[in-house]
Amino acid sequence: MTSLDLTALLPAIIVTGTALFVLLLDLFIRSEQRQWLLWMSLMGIVAAGVANGLIPVQGAPLLQGMMRFDEISKAFNFLFLLGCGLALMLSADYLVRQGIARGEYYALVLLSTLGAMLMASSADLLMIFLGLETLSIPLYILATFLRHQTNSQEAGLKYFLLGAFSSALFLYGIALVYGATGTTQLDTLFTILSESIEGEPLLLYAGVGLLLVGLAFKAAAVPFHTWAPDVYEGSPTSATAFMAVVAKAAAFAALLRVFAFAFLALSSSWMFLMGILAVLTMVLGNVVAVVQLNLKRLLAYSSIAHAGYLLIAVASTQNAMLLGPATSSLLFYLLIYTFTTLGAFGVVILAESKGENLSLTDLSGLATRHPWVAAAMAIFMISLAGLPPTAGFFAKFYVFSTAIQAGELGLALLGVLTSVISVYYYLRVVYYIYMRPTAVERPVYLSPLTVLGIALAAIGVLALGIYPPLALSWIPQTLFVLP
Amino acid sequence: MRSVLFWILALAAVGSSLTMITRSKPVHSAIAFLGTLVSLAGLFLLLYAQFVAILQIVIYAGAILVLFLFVIMLLHARSGEGSVEKLRLQRPLAIVLSLALLAGVSFLFLQAGLSEAPTPAAGMGTAEEVGKTLFDHFILPFEVASVLLLAGILGAVVLSKKESWS
Repeated sequence: MTSLDLTALLPAIIVTGTALFVLLLDLFIRSEQRQWLLWMSLMGIVAAGVANGLIPVQGAPLLQGMMRFDEISKAFNFLFLLGCGLALMLSADYLVRQGIARGEYYALVLLSTLGAMLMASSADLLMIFLGLETLSIPLYILATFLRHQTNSQEAGLKYFLLGAFSSALFLYGIALVYGATGTTQLDTLFTILSESIEGEPLLLYAGVGLLLVGLAFKAAAVPFHTWAPDVYEGSPTSATAFMAVVAKAAAFAALLRVFAFAFLALSSSWMFLMGILAVLTMVLGNVVAVVQLNLKRLLAYSSIAHAGYLLIAVASTQNAMLLGPATSSLLFYLLIYTFTTLGAFGVVILAESKGENLSLTDLSGLATRHPWVAAAMAIFMISLAGLPPTAGFFAKFYVFSTAIQAGELGLALLGVLTSVISVYYYLRVVYYIYMRPTAVERPVYLSPLTVLGIALAAIGVLALGIYPPLALSWIPQTLFVLP
Repeated sequence: MRSVLFWILALAAVGSSLTMITRSKPVHSAIAFLGTLVSLAGLFLLLYAQFVAILQIVIYAGAILVLFLFVIMLLHARSGEGSVEKLRLQRPLAIVLSLALLAGVSFLFLQAGLSEAPTPAAGMGTAEEVGKTLFDHFILPFEVASVLLLAGILGAVVLSKKESWS
């Protein structure tokens, strides 16, 4: 029996422990004291973040080659914890208002975050699969959390059925890759594939394709996106915000680990597929978003469109030289995406009463009633559209310039063109907020913690937009190459 | 001794499989399927794969079959009879596909030629060996799977607990 070194697992262990503690604490407190659960969860997240920052990185795979704790794991752990923390802050009063303030909510969000962290730190396809499931199963439940509303039930069922299907495809892909190469370890796969391709190449390619499908589903890339609008619309908005950010980032972490690292030698074959996915995702996401009048569906299509830009970043990792810039542009984009998307959903949460499904007209006149909330939403929309002076501009700029370095001129060009389309529907939201008179006097629920979450997100977007190197301390410096 | 046992178990497996697909009442089919699973577990034991044999009993016979029975009894609670065939194309299609499968498998066997089964490596398939692998090499996946199951249980509680949502 070899001794186990669990230090690198500490952030994951803290998150799991917090989830269990919150679950138990829920049994002993009265329902008016449920805010405590939120504070406990936030404290756990901060503790996990501190642990993640203090633990030194280790180059070699750990725990019998199952996980890695390198700079990329560290950066993704910070990202997931940030997303989880902000999403929990947004959920503070929203859950009470919707009548679903239950202790299990916090435990499920934490367990889902754990799954994302494990996915990003995987050194074995098996661990990626387990992480994917630990991420997904709580998400299915969170989607159904408003279980007395039919559209929430529909969201949960759709997400569950399609998600189970994609997990099965992913697992089948692992089996085929194992059949072709005899290993599931990412490092060994890298070595085997860069030397020579043994066994059945067809088997290997089928496996690689299935792995791509499984992860593209979680990232909501076209044509595997069909679940996203319905699920995003039906789920409780705080859960939607969480899944739009953390699940997507986790899928891209896994895409990076599997494709950009383990299958780097095969890049000539999957690059083409990834490029097609990126093109379809950008075009369809942006074009369909133009006709959306429902706010949550609009944000759903926007998140699909952003998956396309993120796919460009993954598709730019064509050789070891480009791995660094592509990874750092992906991480930077994900950070900005986390801030802006959570902020935008936060504003939706502020304006949403029980059992409501907001449309664009519900925001009209927001600027005269709540100028600060309106300003925050405008910042998020401008950042999502990728216009300066917000951070969304630099996020897109880095991704496109890396793509040009990698010779993917077409992808970069299409990215810029579709961004122009996106300006229309993002600025339409701003138009409704600022130019339309108030139709109906609607309540806006300014709960302190949610407002704080939105303010943090807005500050993040503006600060990184004015001075992007602020993110340098977070993105591995060796990887961050300014173009 | 071994070959006698093998023939008994093999005949039992084939016999109960045939019973399973020819009964009209689904409950009878399910019980016949149990016979197949148990005889297969015996065949695994003959191959010294104790752990696989036990898993076959615990998971297939113990859990999955009981699930089948539950579903059958819930769906056919009133009639207890098999359902009327709604998909008429299903039966001919099933015959064609199973014949194709039979042809494929026989082709493979004839190609390879039947020979003595290779002896597995010492300790392969024993509970000891599986336990060692599980708790040494696969310790992290094992622990993560336990958290995953916890999430599943939580989900069942959240979705089915009767409670006024205050």
